[in-house]
Amino acid sequence: MTAVARLATFEGNGQDGPPASSLSPTPALQVRRLSKSFTAGGQPVFHDVTFDVPQGQSVALIGANGAGKSTLLRCCLRLVEPDSGDIAFHGTDFVAARRQALRRMRARVGFVFQKHNLVPRLSVLTNVMHGALARGVGPRSWFQAIAPGAEREKAMACLEQVGLADLADRRADRLSGGQSQRVAIARSLMQDPELMFADEPVASLDPAAGEGIMELFARLNHDRGLTLVFVSHQLDHALRYADRVLGLREGGLALDAASAGRTPGCLRGLYD
Amino acid sequence: MTDTATSRSGPKRFAAPEPLKAALFAGGLGFFLWSLAGAGVSISELISGLPNMGVIASEMVPPATDRFLPMLWSVLTTFQMALVGTVIGVVISVPLAVLAARNLAPHPLIHAAVRGIVSFLRTVPDLAWALFFVASVGLGPFAGTLTIIVDTVGFCARFFAENMEEADPGPGEAIATLGGRRIDIVVCCIFPAALPAMINTSLFALEKAVRSSVVLGLVGAGGIGAELAVSMEMFRYDQAATIVLMIFVLVLGVERFSSWSRGRLIGRA
Repeated sequence: MTAVARLATFEGNGQDGPPASSLSPTPALQVRRLSKSFTAGGQPVFHDVTFDVPQGQSVALIGANGAGKSTLLRCCLRLVEPDSGDIAFHGTDFVAARRQALRRMRARVGFVFQKHNLVPRLSVLTNVMHGALARGVGPRSWFQAIAPGAEREKAMACLEQVGLADLADRRADRLSGGQSQRVAIARSLMQDPELMFADEPVASLDPAAGEGIMELFARLNHDRGLTLVFVSHQLDHALRYADRVLGLREGGLALDAASAGRTPGCLRGLYD
Repeated sequence: MTDTATSRSGPKRFAAPEPLKAALFAGGLGFFLWSLAGAGVSISELISGLPNMGVIASEMVPPATDRFLPMLWSVLTTFQMALVGTVIGVVISVPLAVLAARNLAPHPLIHAAVRGIVSFLRTVPDLAWALFFVASVGLGPFAGTLTIIVDTVGFCARFFAENMEEADPGPGEAIATLGGRRIDIVVCCIFPAALPAMINTSLFALEKAVRSSVVLGLVGAGGIGAELAVSMEMFRYDQAATIVLMIFVLVLGVERFSSWSRGRLIGRA
């Protein structure tokens, strides 16, 4: 039996998961039998992936390059449309949501990209203000200069949380990689997210900056009870900063285990 | 090392042309030679016209200053036509460019339709538009201004759309991820990214409009071009020389201003 097989518990993970209509409202995120392939009839990126993420849990998604981690995360927000399966946030069906409803639901979920995706020529504060776009603030959150006072204060508070309040008026393209990623996190916090996805958030950062970002995520998870799902290639991060580790391999969920007591060596089987 | 050098002689210096390419080249050359006749190019006529050129050039010196102030006023009118036409054209171009940009158009059919309209505005020559507007709204600078608006829209909408298509899609994806609408993506991500290039294009459009507005006067669309046409028809080559010098100063001034602004913008972008 491989290390992966020994670790796999597959709780709530398998072919016989409940249909979307009977999803419990308790978990922050429920994924049922999610499948995606990029070519019709071709090799699926992943197939029949099923898992739940309870409110407040921190989950690391690991796997080899091309295992489908980023695609799975993007499918969860329908940035990439899944071929089949169900996704629910706090019991609300996400797959069936039409344009307006989809926007409202996305507004409740933060997403931090590997390449932070800030608007380079705008100020840090304006970039953070964009997090309020879908919360009914409308065009006044386009630029910090026209933003309502309360929203502006909130954006400053979000910057305070990530330790960058001093750089509020600096242009985003004048920041270091680590600072940019912190601003991207502040932008997500501006959404008041119930759940946050992070797609290899430290992949382009040096070890110290990466460690700082992961500490920030851990603090948000611990202090705010923010549910977190992050993709990482760093197994020590997965074990240190996540309550639970999900592993993708050969198009399926090959690992679903608590991180406590595990060592990176236990997880290496996923990469064999 | 020597062995390697002698065993590998490298590719042939001249490869034999492929028959199809050779035929195309020969066809193109033949068409060019035929076009020389079609274009009426004649060395003998050029030589026989040289004395006339000399006479006209001599009559241009010294340039006349008797109508300096009315001419200066016409130059100002020409610049005003160019400026107003460019600004209005640029403003109209922005929403059209959003609809013409492949990554922003709400539907491929809208993208294709707007691209088609913009191409039509651009490909019809400005003199044809000027004749159309002179016939529609009468002689004068308004016809010229309308011509420049149409010409600027044809030019700017196309390049603005390309500037918008070249914008990094990442920030837009981030805005979509947090629930933003298409208008949010356009205003918050695409415009800031494309703005330096759009300003650059607008400055080129202003330069183009100034040059174009001079010529438009020749068909009655107002400005200094009308003065130039009258001077040439009245054989007042000394006045024509003054007008040509004024046009030179105007165009050079606008080009210098445009280059200076562009340099500052690119420095800041």
